[in-house]
Amino acid sequence: MITAEQKPIKEIRETIAPYRKILVLGCGSCVAECAAGGEKETAMLASALRMAARMNKEDVLIEDKTIDRQCVRDFIVQLEGVIEAYDAVLSLGCGAGVQAVAEIFSDTTIIPALNTEFLGQTKDQGLWTENCVGCGDCMLYYFGGVCPLARCSKQLMNGPCGGSREGRCEVDPEIPCAWQLIIDRLGRIGGLERLGKVYPAKDWSKKQGRGPRKIVREDQQR
Amino acid sequence: MKDESRLKQLLDGGHFAVTAECGPPKGADPGAVLRKAGLLKEKVDAVNVTDNQTAIVRMSSIAACTVLLSAGLEPVLQMVVRDRNRIALQSDVLGASALGIRNILCLSGDHQSFGNQPSALGVFDLDSMQFIEAVRGMRDAGTIMGGEQLTSAPAVFIGAAANPFADPLEFRVVRLAKKISAGAEFIQTQCIYNMERFKKWISLAEDRGLLEKAYILGGVTPLKSAGMAKYMKNKVAGMDIPDDVIKRMDAVPKERQRQEGIGICVETILALKEIKGVKGIHIMAIEWEDAVGEIVERAGLLPRPKVD
Repeated sequence: MITAEQKPIKEIRETIAPYRKILVLGCGSCVAECAAGGEKETAMLASALRMAARMNKEDVLIEDKTIDRQCVRDFIVQLEGVIEAYDAVLSLGCGAGVQAVAEIFSDTTIIPALNTEFLGQTKDQGLWTENCVGCGDCMLYYFGGVCPLARCSKQLMNGPCGGSREGRCEVDPEIPCAWQLIIDRLGRIGGLERLGKVYPAKDWSKKQGRGPRKIVREDQQR
Repeated sequence: MKDESRLKQLLDGGHFAVTAECGPPKGADPGAVLRKAGLLKEKVDAVNVTDNQTAIVRMSSIAACTVLLSAGLEPVLQMVVRDRNRIALQSDVLGASALGIRNILCLSGDHQSFGNQPSALGVFDLDSMQFIEAVRGMRDAGTIMGGEQLTSAPAVFIGAAANPFADPLEFRVVRLAKKISAGAEFIQTQCIYNMERFKKWISLAEDRGLLEKAYILGGVTPLKSAGMAKYMKNKVAGMDIPDDVIKRMDAVPKERQRQEGIGICVETILALKEIKGVKGIHIMAIEWEDAVGEIVERAGLLPRPKVD
């Protein structure tokens, strides 16, 4: 999933300051799973903003609504007839959601309330970790299901570097050394020989070489 | 301009090589490099010039190498993959060769979070292994990555680093084998204080037949004080300093600790000379270049051999 965290309330208040009628818009997908922008967080943020406005004697209307996905047209169009009543939308979608809503409601100001972080997993309650960079050419088979591009601090494809110590990364002992994880995993599943070869340089054109990427699937088009 | 690395000629000729390190200044004054050059001249065979080490902005390594060349020293250009993508790296290899730099040490580089530009983007387009392979391709096949032909190939002796003290031990040698198969011809190791572990690593390398495939130069760093030893043990990534070394430094009064550090360094070199497969030493006297002459002399490594 895509993970995100809420921006500081001070920054949010600064960006919404010019507007009088604000719709705080949540998203029920990834950002709900990471407790940043789901229905609950959206209602809480709206309430906090209303309270701050009241304390500062600001005359504003702040309401909230959550849709299932801010990044999918079919869900965004549910806002037709709703969004027009507001001066601005404060979106708790990820960066993709904010842009998708802005694209469809091209005359409306859409303000991000979240900082979008990474593609990751919910590892535990209240703990999300990064494990994919969306490189466009998955090599997880070779690395035993641990991605060195996402999880090694130096993106080494032929690691570990000289800073791996007792399974920890030199950058921060809180970070497990991805290469130790790779070696351990391949050892358990009998794939250590995969590490004998020199993996060639990554073809980054599959990620960023031709500008923003798109996927076209004619079989899926109506 | 000579086409062949002097360091390579010495190693090929069976000489026990001595290299040292020169960190470029945090400034634009070539005099700072020349001063270090003066301390190292005729004491060592070649001088590594670090590439923004610990991710701190300094005079560019290629520029400082050129200053060393002008003073008659043979530089080893350190190049890290942290700051440049493959276009810039390959371009700098060509430029370095054009300037007469004949040795390149290909490294990953210290992570940008350690230095004075922690907001910098870490490039890591290639890793050190892939970079070694790219330099070999440029030199031997005369092609850049992807196969396009160069109008003339760079003439460089290719080196890599190895840390026998990092984990996991068994995989350290796999990585060494990979670096050698990628094209590394000489290897400079992390600072050796834990001789037992170093010997274990060498014997694993011997088992794989690696000692004949690349020249291994053992890394040494004289300790300036007990405090420095403790700092390095606890704070410097990839460093292994056993407690008995720290105790030995601690047992000496502060004003004599520098001499003790030099003594330990000389003993380490003498021990390394006896180890099969160690073809030289690399002295990393960090901001203490004036210690190098004494160390080399006391280790019986002077005068340095001449090559034609």
